[in-house]
Amino acid sequence: MARKLNLRIWRGDATDGGLKDVQVDVNEGEVVLDVIHRVQATQMGDLAVRWNCKAGKCGSCSMEINGKPRLACMTQVASFEEGETITVTPLRAFPVIKDLVTDVSFNYKKAMEIPAFAPPADLKPGEARMEQVDVERSQEFRKCIECFLCQDVCHVVRDHEENKKSFAGPRFFIRIAELDMHPLDILKNRKRTAQEEHGLGMCNITKCCTEVCPEHIKITDNAIIPMKERVVDIKYDPARMFAGLLKREKRS
Amino acid sequence: MTTEKIALERYKYDVLVIGAGGAGLRAAVEARESGLRVAIICKSLFGKAHTVMAEGGAAASMGNANSNDNWMVHFRDTMRGGKFLNHFRMAELHAKESPDRIWELEMWGALFDRTKEGKISQRNFGGHEYPRLAHVGDRTGLELIRTMQQKIVALQQADKRDHGDYESHIKVFAELTITEILKENGKIAGAYGYWRESGSEVLFEAPAVIIATGGVGKTFKITSNSWEGTGDGHALALKAGANLVDMEFLQFHPTGMVWPPSVRGILVTESVRGEGGILTNNKGERFMFKYIPDVFKDKYADNEVEADRWYVDQDNNRRPPELLPRDEVARAINTEVKAGRGTEHGGVFLDVSKRIPADVIKKRLPSMWHQFYELAGVDITKEAMEVGPTCHYVMGGVEVEPDTAAAVGVPGLFAAGEVAGGMHGSNRLGGNSLSDLLVFGRRAGMGAAAYVKQNSTASVSDATVSAAAARIEAPFARTGGENSYSLHAELQEVTHNLVGIIRTGSELKEAIEKIADIRKRSANVAVSGGRKFNPGFHLAFDLDNMLLVAESTAKSAISREESRGGHTRDDFPGMDSGWRQSNHIASFDGNQVNVRKQALPFMPKELFDLFEVDELKKYMTPEEIAKGGSN
Repeated sequence: MARKLNLRIWRGDATDGGLKDVQVDVNEGEVVLDVIHRVQATQMGDLAVRWNCKAGKCGSCSMEINGKPRLACMTQVASFEEGETITVTPLRAFPVIKDLVTDVSFNYKKAMEIPAFAPPADLKPGEARMEQVDVERSQEFRKCIECFLCQDVCHVVRDHEENKKSFAGPRFFIRIAELDMHPLDILKNRKRTAQEEHGLGMCNITKCCTEVCPEHIKITDNAIIPMKERVVDIKYDPARMFAGLLKREKRS
Repeated sequence: MTTEKIALERYKYDVLVIGAGGAGLRAAVEARESGLRVAIICKSLFGKAHTVMAEGGAAASMGNANSNDNWMVHFRDTMRGGKFLNHFRMAELHAKESPDRIWELEMWGALFDRTKEGKISQRNFGGHEYPRLAHVGDRTGLELIRTMQQKIVALQQADKRDHGDYESHIKVFAELTITEILKENGKIAGAYGYWRESGSEVLFEAPAVIIATGGVGKTFKITSNSWEGTGDGHALALKAGANLVDMEFLQFHPTGMVWPPSVRGILVTESVRGEGGILTNNKGERFMFKYIPDVFKDKYADNEVEADRWYVDQDNNRRPPELLPRDEVARAINTEVKAGRGTEHGGVFLDVSKRIPADVIKKRLPSMWHQFYELAGVDITKEAMEVGPTCHYVMGGVEVEPDTAAAVGVPGLFAAGEVAGGMHGSNRLGGNSLSDLLVFGRRAGMGAAAYVKQNSTASVSDATVSAAAARIEAPFARTGGENSYSLHAELQEVTHNLVGIIRTGSELKEAIEKIADIRKRSANVAVSGGRKFNPGFHLAFDLDNMLLVAESTAKSAISREESRGGHTRDDFPGMDSGWRQSNHIASFDGNQVNVRKQALPFMPKELFDLFEVDELKKYMTPEEIAKGGSN
């Protein structure tokens, strides 16, 4: 039955803001997003929160709950101690717009900088043949719902605004890995550009991104580490270095 | 209260696409590839549209799983599913073009699951004669959205290379709501709206507008739709002078969650019943045996022993009645609940825990187990789920010309996807939605491009701009008016109780009166707080749209005195072949929605001849059969 929950919500905008305490009814089985919606409908009609599907499939309601990047629709109130105050704050790595809503346009800009899928020019629609086992590697990364929690948690940009220019972030490392492993993609040097243009080298494999991924994508183990290893192979492979002297490698 | 109003932003484009789900993105790609400058408007962030929720797949007769499949079989299935109320030409184009649309996605980077030969795998689904649904596990919709999102980025990269600017030819306006479609001299001239983030206003001047806004689920209390499904495009089109066709037809999925509240309305896949899940009422009775219609008596078991044997021997036993078509199961659950045999929260029990070992449940229904465990704290290997019908899809929508997706009666306006009507008749088959939005999204893009070549400029007058701006300002100027949240809740109660899955004339009459009353009071909605990302302000506009949708649905429903597909009248339980010849056309006169009958276009002989006459006799009058086609 309904009980009272102490909720602490960050309210404000880019100029000013702070935590506000509210008491709100909570029913059995509810998630944090339900409670935020109740506050909105009954106490704070103009409380800003981003959400869509409410089923963990669209990645809109990303926020920090007791300091951890999470989806509010997938965080049950019952997972906290009874009587515990739940604190909800906007994603820290992105500029706040209002209340729990942040400006995530950084991610859409980075998406534009990753070279698109490039199939062979002579491949005709309907003629592609791929083995299930070969598509599965890229399919893991295509599960990404673009909640950007991995981007938010990543310490390379979380408290270092200055790194954003040269760092695409975990979401886009798995995008590059996905294309690199795509059976039909023919663009060369995706790993090398990941390293040289998108900041792969700045990642030092603390796996925070993997921990917060609601889709349980093994970002570090299956995308970042294999790419880093290959980059090292390419860069320090003596045979390649020798071949490189003879023929300048084509770069994309 | 005063608001922080900023100077009006103005943009000029060739084509404006409202909605960034599957249909909108496919339309935008097509218009851009015709060389036009395109603006894409999304109400939420780019890539979050409700299309991501589609699980099952996209229906297309590629014939990869069964080489007997072809467009004619798919066409027949679609017409049967819609109980022959579909616009034949839309069903024909859809069946013919779906395979090309799927293969095209693969060229843009989509990775569908594969057959052993390395082709696109196709799965079985209700109503489809052969395995036909191209899929990616249970996240096909996400794959469609992401593929088209990335295709648009690819086009922007080409524009950056050729014109020096990513956004020179295609720009995404995320988190922007359109409040009005603007016309000058009877033709489309653009649209007006506001940024959700800042509340500041935006004017788009464009000779062609494509509406691709999806569904209307939020008009109802229990729905599988997200907050965006507020019928914006339906209402925008009505107000721009377009018609809505057959708004009485809504698809209620029989098993949506009703408890706990956090998952109310979310779908429980049909596979739960397919794997052996049974439906019981609060007396523990497995009630579906009471609801087998006569036409299905030879296919469905009338006792538990035989029904349970079916799971191990499908050749020698009839199917369990839990696997009746969606509309039958939904009606049965509804009847049980209305008779007082429902659960505490207004549903019935769906249980696999007592019938299947826990490890088998986790293996065969992994996403369901996960979804309930994570979202609701319900372990379906140990306890029953509570389920009830949930509003899932609207078959009705904007009346369009099938080949061009042009809205009838409004030059320059186009509509595609769920917001368009006609394609699915009175009931949509699973899997036909994703292919619908690809086929008709592309056609809308082509239609708009052809139109723009003849009508290249559009400009909006100052008077039109001021009127649109005044409408946005109005709720801020009021004090002490109605609260939009509570009016929305009231509307949802009315539609749920009176315009829901089973309807009667008297309840519909009551609904029409109550909707009119809420609409009157909604003119008084006041908004607290400022313009910046203010959900109360946003809801005030969404509410207006939902009220027009609800009125169209209720008025179409009271007029159609028969039961067919997604429209069930308790007082007219039978299907009437006379009514099959009529569409309902809803239009808006500025005050209220008016509904009239219009003759349904009859299929030409070459399509008529694809069916056995004996089958057509179930749906058509002897005169129609004798005529044998329109040509």
